[in-house]
Formats: sequence, C-alpha cells, structure tokens
Amino acid sequence: MSTLVDINHVSMHFNTKGQTFHALDNVNIQIAEGEFVSLIGHSGCGKSTVLNLVAGLLQPTQGGALFKGREIAGPGPERAVVFQNHSLLPWLTVFDNVYLAVERVFGRLEGKAKLMARTHEVIELVGLAHAHTKYPNELSGGMKQRVGIARALAMQPQVLLLDEPFGALDALTRTHLQDELMRITRDSGNTVIMVTHDVDEAVLLSDRIVMMTNGPAATVGEIMHVDLPRPRQRLELIEDPRYVHLRSEVLRFLHQRHAKAA
Amino acid sequence: MTTVVNLKREPVTPEPPTRSVEAPPVEVEIRPTVAAATPPVAARAARSRSVAVDAVMLRILPPVLGYLALIGVWALAAQHAPYLPGPVKTWQAALTLFSDPFYVKGPNDVGVGWLLLNSLKRVAVGFGLAIAVGVPLGFMIGRFMFLNRALLRPVSPLAWLPIGLAVFKAADPSAIFVIFITSIWPMVINTALGVASVPQDYLNVARVLRLSEWKVFTKILFPATLPYMMTGMRLGLGIAWLVIVAAEMLTGGIGIGFWIWDEWNNLNMEHIIIAIFIVGAVGLILEQCMTLIASRFDYRNS
Repeated sequence: MSTLVDINHVSMHFNTKGQTFHALDNVNIQIAEGEFVSLIGHSGCGKSTVLNLVAGLLQPTQGGALFKGREIAGPGPERAVVFQNHSLLPWLTVFDNVYLAVERVFGRLEGKAKLMARTHEVIELVGLAHAHTKYPNELSGGMKQRVGIARALAMQPQVLLLDEPFGALDALTRTHLQDELMRITRDSGNTVIMVTHDVDEAVLLSDRIVMMTNGPAATVGEIMHVDLPRPRQRLELIEDPRYVHLRSEVLRFLHQRHAKAA
Repeated sequence: MTTVVNLKREPVTPEPPTRSVEAPPVEVEIRPTVAAATPPVAARAARSRSVAVDAVMLRILPPVLGYLALIGVWALAAQHAPYLPGPVKTWQAALTLFSDPFYVKGPNDVGVGWLLLNSLKRVAVGFGLAIAVGVPLGFMIGRFMFLNRALLRPVSPLAWLPIGLAVFKAADPSAIFVIFITSIWPMVINTALGVASVPQDYLNVARVLRLSEWKVFTKILFPATLPYMMTGMRLGLGIAWLVIVAAEMLTGGIGIGFWIWDEWNNLNMEHIIIAIFIVGAVGLILEQCMTLIASRFDYRNS
C-alpha cells in the first residue's frame, strides 16, 4: 500500500504573547491508504496539533506534512475533519448542515436532486434519517456527533480526521458509536486518523497506535501494530489474550514510562 | 438651560404606569382558560381556580398598589405646587386631547397624533440610515480591523446638532442627522463585536470546506452575528427615541419634543405631563417590538 500521509521531521512552535511554545519535536509518522491510525497521549502532548497539520489548519514550523507526496498548503474537503465539539452550525438543520458540505464538494458536477439524495444517503448511514429536519440543539450529544461524522463522510474524503470524536459522550453512547464507526470504515475502506485518550477505543479500532510522549517538545514515543483480525467484536475481544496484552502495553506506556505529573 | 434639565428629569417617575396598564389584561385572559381546562373534578377545579386567582393577584396587586401610591403622591404634590396639575385635571385634559388626535388647524396647530407621527418619521429615517450604514460598517470593522470601542461614542448626542445645522442649514435634516449619528454606534460596535466573536470552530468548518467568501458570509458570519446586530438595533432605537425629544426642543418644527417645549412656553403643564406619558409609552412599545423581532431572529431560540 502506498503512503497517503507523510509527516516528515515535523517540529512545531507556537508564538503566544511573545513567548515561544515548543509543541512538537521531530515527529515522523507515515500512514498508508486504507489504514486506521490512532494518536494517543496525555492531554497537551500535541496529538491534536498533528491532526491539525494534516487537516491543513496549521502549518509546521520545520519539516513537512505531505499528502499524496505533496505539501499540505491548507485545508480541503479531501481531508475531512470531525471536530471534537461537533461544530455544527446551530442555525441549520441536520440536513442543511450536511448539505452545505455536499453542495460544496459535488455542487459543480451534479444536479440538486442528486445532491439531496447524497445528503439523505449519508444521514441514513449514521442512523439519523428520522431527525434530518431537526436543529442541532434538539439533538443529544451522540446524535450531534453522528451528524458531524455524516458531514465529514459526505465529502467522500480520502482521509477522515477525527479529533477526539467521542470524548464528550457518555460511555454507552461512545461504545455504540465506536461500533458504528468500525462498520462504516470497514464498508468504505476509508483511511482514518483519530486522536484519542481512550485506550480501549484505540486498540479496538486501530491498525496502528501512535503513542506520543508528553509535551512540551512532544514526539512519537512508540508505534504499535494492532494485529487483531477484523471484523472485531468488542465482547469477544475483552477476554482475548492478544487484546489484553496490547491494551496493557499502551497503558504501561502512558502510565509508567510517560506518566504525567497531575 | 436649567428648565430643560428639570423637564428631562420629570418623565422618569410617571413613565412606569404604562407598564402595568398593559400587563394585567394578559393575565386576566389566561386565567379562565386554565380554569376551563380542568373541569372534571369540581373540587380540584375550584382549588386550581383559587390557586390561579392567587397567582394573578400576586402578579397584579403589587404594581397596582404601587401606581395608586404614585398617583397619591402626585395628587399630594399638586396640592402644594400651584403650577403642577393633579391627576384629575390631567386626565380631563387627556380626554379632550385624545378625542381628536388628527385635527389640522394650521401649519403649527395639529393634533397630538400628527405630532407623534412626525417624531416617529424622523426617528424612522435617521434610524433606517443608521442601520444601512452601521451594519455593513460593523461587519467590515469586525472582520478586517482592530475593534476600537472608544471611537466617537462618548460624545453627547446634542453636541452633534450644530454640525448638522451647519451642514444641512435646515432643522429637519439636522434632527435626523443627530438620530443617525447617535444610534449608529451601538449598531457598529455590536455588529463588529458579533463578527469578531464568531466561534473559531465554525470558521474552521468553512476552511475545511473551502467555502467562498460569500458562503462564509451568508451561512456563517451573518447568522452568527444576527443576535448581536439585533441587540445593537434595540439599543440604537432606544437612544434615537430619547434623543428625538431633545433634538426637537432645539430645532422646533412639528413633533412631540417641540410640543413639550411649546406647552412649557404656554405654561400648559397638563399637556407636558401627557406628553411625558406618550413618550414613555411609545418608547416602551418600540422596545417591546425590537425585543420581539430580536427573539424571532435569534438562532438560539429555533
């Protein structure tokens, strides 16, 4: 498989109030097409910064972030982002929020009927067909995040970027959405980069887990392959010794070797 | 000049009565429907009715007592101040005044309805111009410039009047100019503030989608800023209505403000008190209308 995203010797400095904050130091990650990669680490380790670099919302201070071998110059719909706090526009209905993305990406090629069909299709995919006329503040947190995922999927991106997508949800809703995300990415074969701090989520969903050291000047500490066969079943895995081993490896990394002073 | 100050301070006390005069009928209308909705069990109906009556009394009684006390103080004060007419005298003058509000007996002698409409027209023109200029200006400042709240706002509204007179050389455009220049600032400042405080998340969505500048405006900036704009308009209209009275006192012409000044010269205090009530009531109605419109356009209510 060819490399889709190449984060090459990237360092990142932020200038705030005259002070320079060294966020990332010499980060190297290569992600192949069709791969599901999780970035895990303590809060403040710069994992979201890595995601924003791929999204094009940030530019690296040193090194290069490449997409299909070309420098990422700015954001674009081929690298769709599901934001942490869903970022739905509160004055648009579920349908209109998704349609805004569909129209932007396919509006020049397709007629209105086709665009609307696409929108309905992707809303149905995330199980919200019954709620497409609702406004975001009428939805639960889980439903909002589904709309966020639908909007990103509607762009038919080449890589899906998830920034702690289920972090704000309760545990039951979270597991439910994780299962659905597994189903959707299996069917679509999407490349996914997900930022998370949930160890189970990372092991369950990922092909590889990128574990990051603590900031400032965070970097890649270790990359772990998750060679569990797919499709994966949550209930079967919890007693699977390979799963348990992988899970404890990540925990050991986070809480022993790179424990964070609270 | 001291007389002007006195006249302006006076309206504050008698203004509130209009508030309660409007409120009670609404409550009275609600009560019967509540009682009618629970007829099955007689006892429960009776109890809920008495609860409803209690609630209405609690809402109505304090303000009613308050206004009765106010009228009492007014009547008492009138007995000791020979030039201040009492409530009864004022009420009688109001009856004659409102019996024919739209008469025209000459260029300077018209009914109170015309006076009010003339003032409202000036406010409408000045305020409309302020919206037309202030909102786009606010958008530009909020999107492209450093927001300077100080600007020219702290200047007293009437200080602008000589500038208007010098430029327009006529009373009416000058009054409109003063309305324009004083009601524009809340709109500019609030719109700019609204644009500057659009959540970065929404703008990131726009960036990921690579929306055109026009789409960013129609789908994100405008709806996100609308509540701020409406606040600016509400404040602007409130200021405009306060300023028009003072501006008309100085510029003359037909209008409620000049009428107050005219009746002061005639020593017709009844009409001045009535004018104060009218100004208060109209100001309240304008404010209520703007609040209604604002809540209609606020996405947080949808």
